[in-house]
Amino acid sequence: MSGFQRAVPRAAGRPATRRGGSGVHTDGWWPVLFVAPLLIGVAAFYLWPIVQTFWFSFTTFGVFGGQTFSGVANYVALVQDPEFYTSLGNTLIYTAIVLLGVPLAVWLAALLNTPGLRFASFYRVLFFLPYIAMPTAVALVWRLIFNGDYGVLNWFLSLVGLPGPYWVSTPGFAILAVSIVGLWSSLGFSMIVLAAGLKAIPPELYEAAELDGASPARRFRSVTVPLLTPTIFFVTVVTVISSFQLFDLLYAIMGPRNPAMPSSMSLVFYFFQAGFVDNQQGFAAAIAMAIFALIGLVTLVQFRLQRRWVADV
Amino acid sequence: MSSAVSTRSAAAVRTRTPATRSRRRPRHAVAHVVLGVGGFLMAFPFLWQIIMSLSTNSQVRSVVPTFWPGTLQWHNYVDVFAQLPFLPQLGVSVTITVIRTVAQIVLCTLAGYAFARMRFRGRNLLLGLVLSILLVPSQVYLLSQYQIVQSLGWLNTIPGIVAPGLFSAFGTFLMRTAFMNLPNELEEAARIDGANPWQIFTRVMMPLVRSNISVLAITTVLFSWNELLWPLVVTTYANLQPLAAGLATLSGSVTVDYPIIMAASLMATAPVLIAFILLQRRVIDGIASSGLK
Repeated sequence: MSGFQRAVPRAAGRPATRRGGSGVHTDGWWPVLFVAPLLIGVAAFYLWPIVQTFWFSFTTFGVFGGQTFSGVANYVALVQDPEFYTSLGNTLIYTAIVLLGVPLAVWLAALLNTPGLRFASFYRVLFFLPYIAMPTAVALVWRLIFNGDYGVLNWFLSLVGLPGPYWVSTPGFAILAVSIVGLWSSLGFSMIVLAAGLKAIPPELYEAAELDGASPARRFRSVTVPLLTPTIFFVTVVTVISSFQLFDLLYAIMGPRNPAMPSSMSLVFYFFQAGFVDNQQGFAAAIAMAIFALIGLVTLVQFRLQRRWVADV
Repeated sequence: MSSAVSTRSAAAVRTRTPATRSRRRPRHAVAHVVLGVGGFLMAFPFLWQIIMSLSTNSQVRSVVPTFWPGTLQWHNYVDVFAQLPFLPQLGVSVTITVIRTVAQIVLCTLAGYAFARMRFRGRNLLLGLVLSILLVPSQVYLLSQYQIVQSLGWLNTIPGIVAPGLFSAFGTFLMRTAFMNLPNELEEAARIDGANPWQIFTRVMMPLVRSNISVLAITTVLFSWNELLWPLVVTTYANLQPLAAGLATLSGSVTVDYPIIMAASLMATAPVLIAFILLQRRVIDGIASSGLK
């Protein structure tokens, strides 16, 4: 209604050239011209595909094309498939390890935010580089670093007397290697977002805490962390959502034909394999729906738990 | 006497200044040590990539790492072009990135403006539909997008690779927020001067959101240059793949030597890394404010 009210003086202040300028259509056909190009694309390439994939998940694709309705058969097959649980487990391991970066990023962001710290923008650039870099390109270097025979990581481990495994081709170690790279590449993003949150904390609070004799460690624990919880929450939610979609790093570090892949794959790789390698589009659609539901569920739980630890700022 | 006192007090003053400085210095020293070591670990893979790209294959494969290859093998960078389809892939990467960035700027700015500033029936419903995409992981529309592109005959073509990425719900949201933060008076004034909505949009409002458009451009370039899954799905010929997909297929390859792969992957990331270092403030602020992941 407020739209209508505001339209009145506007129509009065303008020459009466516009036809049909009454009611809700205050801008005539212009909005259609502005919105239509995007909406057509979004409808064709996003909204319709979402509906279609939902439908696919209830069908079976024939080998020579065509598809038949098969009810919940794909979902039944999914919950009975051990590979689903393997890929879910790997995704959870990856997510957990990448999440370890969040507290680390809080600490690093607080250090970076030290007033008068020299080279701060240089450090910022260093930490942000991995986030900007092409995942497949950095994956190839990491693959070399992780190499079992001549990788620099195993050479370093041998210096301290530890036997290094064949990281990329040993089940168990492969997902660990991918997780380390995931942590490395997302740390800068978390740090930058957290540093922006730190800037918003009023300096008076630190001054007051200092006057009360709080040590730097105490100030970090009692001022920084509580006031940063909304940002920490945001970073955690975003990190979980993106970690659940692990694909690029896994694919490029391990290589799709790696014998350790079946035991190391993520949910999205499992989806990719079903849909685009094995041509089981109906089954792949069910996996996609499961990924969607899992991300939704995990995010919902996080929002529910939010009240327990996130401060109202 | 007095001179002795004054020298003593001068000494006290002199010793106090370094004392206070050294009291402050350890605090910063912790920050420098932690951030320095962390920063080195962050940068190490890139340094290693540079070193390995300038080594010989046998140096790369030596058990004790070669931290500095005596003679730098610059020819590895030339060999990339002979051994890998780097040039055509670079062409694809540049083409799709330019097309998507221009398309997203035009489409998202137009729609974002309409959603923020115009009144029309169904606006909130349509906006809700567009933004709902942000909640859905990309796997959910991938299969169907593939079928659409396939039925259009666009597999292994530039239109096929760019098509879905021309339209962005995230970009629309970003631009809508930008336009909503502008004051109303400017439009009112332009309207009284007899400008039509198109003129108001292009001459008055667009210039005011230039910095937001640059955030959109930066995020689109990053996404487009680095994206793997979609190009991997719609292209099968190496010559038609963008660099991100082309490099991914090298993983586990035994036919190409490591130094060549390192040189190629470094050249593939370099444009984005160099642009980032030049525009760092803008990129960091843009990504921090938009919360893109």
